[in-house]
Amino acid sequence: MGVQAVKSDQGLAHRAFPALSVLAAAMFAYAPFMIMGAPYESTMGLVQKIFYFHVPAWFAMFTAAAVCGLASAMYLFGGRKSWDGVAASAAEIVVVFGAIGLITGPLWGRKAWGVWWQWDARLTLSLVVWLTFVAYLLLRRFGGAGSEKLAAGVALFGVANIPFVYQSVNWWRTVHPKTTVVMTLGPGMRGAFWWCVGAFLLLTVLLLIARIRLERERATLDDLYLLVEES
Amino acid sequence: MRFLHTVLLVLEKDLRIEVRSMEIFYTTVFFAVACVLVFSFGFVREGEPIEGAAAGILWIAIAFSGTLALGRTFERERHGDTLRALMMAPVDRPALYVAKLLGVLVLLAAVEAVVVPLIALMFQAPLFAEPLMLGGLLFAGTVGFAAVGTLFAAMLVRARSRDVLLPVLLYPITVPVIIAGVRGTAALLQGEPDVGMARAWLSMLVFFDVVFITLALWTFEPLMTD
Repeated sequence: MGVQAVKSDQGLAHRAFPALSVLAAAMFAYAPFMIMGAPYESTMGLVQKIFYFHVPAWFAMFTAAAVCGLASAMYLFGGRKSWDGVAASAAEIVVVFGAIGLITGPLWGRKAWGVWWQWDARLTLSLVVWLTFVAYLLLRRFGGAGSEKLAAGVALFGVANIPFVYQSVNWWRTVHPKTTVVMTLGPGMRGAFWWCVGAFLLLTVLLLIARIRLERERATLDDLYLLVEES
Repeated sequence: MRFLHTVLLVLEKDLRIEVRSMEIFYTTVFFAVACVLVFSFGFVREGEPIEGAAAGILWIAIAFSGTLALGRTFERERHGDTLRALMMAPVDRPALYVAKLLGVLVLLAAVEAVVVPLIALMFQAPLFAEPLMLGGLLFAGTVGFAAVGTLFAAMLVRARSRDVLLPVLLYPITVPVIIAGVRGTAALLQGEPDVGMARAWLSMLVFFDVVFITLALWTFEPLMTD
């Protein structure tokens, strides 16, 4: 029974995985050339190039956060264990891409603003969201038996909290470039930027697929152990 | 009607236990006072408090002592293994949540009744210049904090390392409450009170309360089911 579950798992995502991996690798390999070809930003110069990895990393983080929140709600109200695996996988990806954003941000800020950290709206929002998901992983790891359900609640609240954190830190203070920056990019920059966004989102999807499969195989293995013990 | 009756019964039970020992009230109040003391060493220069320190210290004291009160409230249930009995009772689960939330609110209101005058006294803060607005901010902020805190504390009763996990989970989620509370109170405490600003923060707090109480009522049942 367990073996069948593994086999039926080999769906579209599974079959497309190698091709998508090659595509993602190619996109990341070509990204430096796109970024090199993009024009220099007038005031910040070379250091602004970090933007092509910094912003897409945040895009990836918030996408994964949305997936985690949605999967947690499905698990909480639907009760299917597989949704919990999706949520846990997405939460790990949130923390990874958040860490990338939180490292590249200060590197850029040091040159652009003269300081490593600014308590501006978007930085604070990202830090709070990142901390929420670190707390989620801590709960899963150290909460003991039954903490999956509690973690699902935390993810749901964490995602619902995002608009509030955004609004409150926005009113609190702001020095970060406005969201409109992305829409008003010069034509040379736009191509490189969206190329990188595509590469990062593709990587997010690939990581999700791989991580969810690991989670499922782990669950199947547990089931098989139980079967062996029973027989 | 039955919902309300359940809420009142559980609330009455909790308050009766608390009034008999006053354990959580005394320990939480003195913890809050100790917080104020520790923070005043950080924010008083040459005998004069830094501008805006009073608002920050007030809300830190509320958040810290609130965490302690939340943990203790459910520790009592866990110790007697009575939460399971409550959960097995044939009543609406959300009614239990509302009763617990009201219990925590009563406790925190009592703590604030001590801490707010204390801070006004020690930091020469004109906390009572706009009593209605300050009361609104305190009420809405405490409700927001306790609404999320009660749910998380109830969930964590069954978890390991619950003492440290409660603040770890609670603080990032209640960031909007802390910011709105501190900035709203600071707007009232500045030389020329900015009531419009305080009202804007208050409206955000009310909005936060509505969304998170709804979410908590909605998720309490599935979260507390084994």
